[in-house]
Amino acid sequence: MVDPSIVAASALHGLATGAVYALVALGLSLVYGVLHIVNFAHGSLLMLALYGVYFLHERLGLDPYLALPVLLPVAGLAGYALHRWVIAPAGGARDENVLLVTLGLALVLENLALVAFRSDTRTIETAYSFSMVALGPALLPLPKLVALLGSLVATLVLWAIVQKTDLGRAIRAVAREREAARLVGIDTRHAFALAFAIGTASSAVAACLLLPSYYVSPQVGHGFVLIAFTIVVLGGMGSFWGAFWGGLLIGVVESLGGLFLGESLGQIGIFAIFIAVLLFRPTGLLGRPL
Amino acid sequence: MLEVRELRAGYGPVEILRGVDLDVAKGEVVALLGANGAGKTTLNRTLSGLLRPRAGSIRFAGEPIGGLSAEAVLARGLVHVPEGRRIFANLTVRENLLLGAYRRGRARRRANLERVLALFPRLAERLGQPAGTLSGGEQQMLAIGRGLMAEPSLLVLDEPSLGLAPMIVRQVLELAAGLARDGLAVLLVEQNVVQALAVARRAYVLEQGRIAAAGPAAELLADDRLRRLYLGL
Ligand SMILES: Nc1ncnc2c1ncn2[C@@H]1O[C@H](COP(=O)(O)OP(=O)(O)O)[C@@H](O)[C@H]1O
Ligand SMILES: [Mg+2]
Repeated sequence: MVDPSIVAASALHGLATGAVYALVALGLSLVYGVLHIVNFAHGSLLMLALYGVYFLHERLGLDPYLALPVLLPVAGLAGYALHRWVIAPAGGARDENVLLVTLGLALVLENLALVAFRSDTRTIETAYSFSMVALGPALLPLPKLVALLGSLVATLVLWAIVQKTDLGRAIRAVAREREAARLVGIDTRHAFALAFAIGTASSAVAACLLLPSYYVSPQVGHGFVLIAFTIVVLGGMGSFWGAFWGGLLIGVVESLGGLFLGESLGQIGIFAIFIAVLLFRPTGLLGRPL
Repeated sequence: MLEVRELRAGYGPVEILRGVDLDVAKGEVVALLGANGAGKTTLNRTLSGLLRPRAGSIRFAGEPIGGLSAEAVLARGLVHVPEGRRIFANLTVRENLLLGAYRRGRARRRANLERVLALFPRLAERLGQPAGTLSGGEQQMLAIGRGLMAEPSLLVLDEPSLGLAPMIVRQVLELAAGLARDGLAVLLVEQNVVQALAVARRAYVLEQGRIAAAGPAAELLADDRLRRLYLGL
């Protein structure tokens, strides 16, 4: 029998990781909802953001959390430019082409990272890396708690942007009716690029929250894209809260799976859930589009 | 208000509009009739800047607008309510209407919203509802309401009665006539020929990308040859 406090701690761990997964998945889901493509470069952009946090810390001594105000605008601008001047022109009018362009972009970015940073796995150490916080019977590392709370805040901000602002309305309008959106005066190319920018910026937030308790390597994005994609399908393609709850669920399942089945088998639970959802509820848990 | 001369437009290698001349004046409903595939929607899309003209001219309120972006045409007051309504089904009724005035400031949006809701009390009752849950007739009202939010001086309505019950069709067409009485110019694409001609002052018949007949609505209705050839009556 496993000690209940260990199970509680593991579940909390999972919740924290899951909240970050949810954030990454929300970025992917937003881009999917608007552009109707799975952005394969999403993980590579997260990887670059993680390197950004890493080098800001190593070279300039900038705390990963304080890197956010630097990284957020940079990631947003980069995402905007990437879509507007690379992905959209290269992909043309066809969604399939855009899909291939993001796949190609992922390969290019990853290989550039391999050349520039080599394949080493890198971590950073901060004063609080090993601080623990007691939450009831369970102990949680401080960076995990920050990741949990930070992701929740970021998720709410993201939701508010999408639901409550002119920009969000324009993005949702473009997602559904491109031509009618042009007829009300929305610059659709601008709206697409902004949606992509927001998706990239969410990854940058995730990177700042992750690195104190995680690592970075050129391939680090793979696992995230796979999990984020699973979450997006699980939650219902394009559904905001679906992706959010899906992320938390996946995080907890992964953590508890690791606890009971061991590290290497822990992820089986994720894919078991994924397959069960596809079999019994193919529209996802909260299948309702954006 | 609108003067179209020798207008040509199309898709890829295919030319759909092959020299169209058409005028709409302030305060009149002008009907645009013609069989399926004649090019009516293509003409509307070219007027509103969704499609670039290949040749010819479009003048609106005295200025050339051919080749301008959809956004620029909208800003000048030419508003296109597209075929099939094309409301934002995932957004609420209120959000749909507000997006109609996307390029306007807050104060103008509020004022326009009140004006439009006064015209469509049914929409006022459903402001918080997703637009996709409205009935077909309500969706058409919403599409027109969204267009009116942009403060048009010319309203282009592409088959607003498509798929609606006869009673609703009458309401929509009377609405178009009422808007014209208030000073708007209305270009009305319709399949319900008789009813459209009843509210229109003048009409054009488009056939394979050319104007095949034009004139006062009453004359077109009275001309036996036209009735048989183009109006299917
Ligand atoms: N996006 C498009 N690409 C290519 N051809 C089109 C497109 N839209 C319409 N067409 C063609 O243009 C012609 C005129 O269509 P349209 O303007 O929609 O006619 P109408 O509105 O009078 O029914 C039709 O032959 C149609 O097949
Ligand atoms: Mg048509």
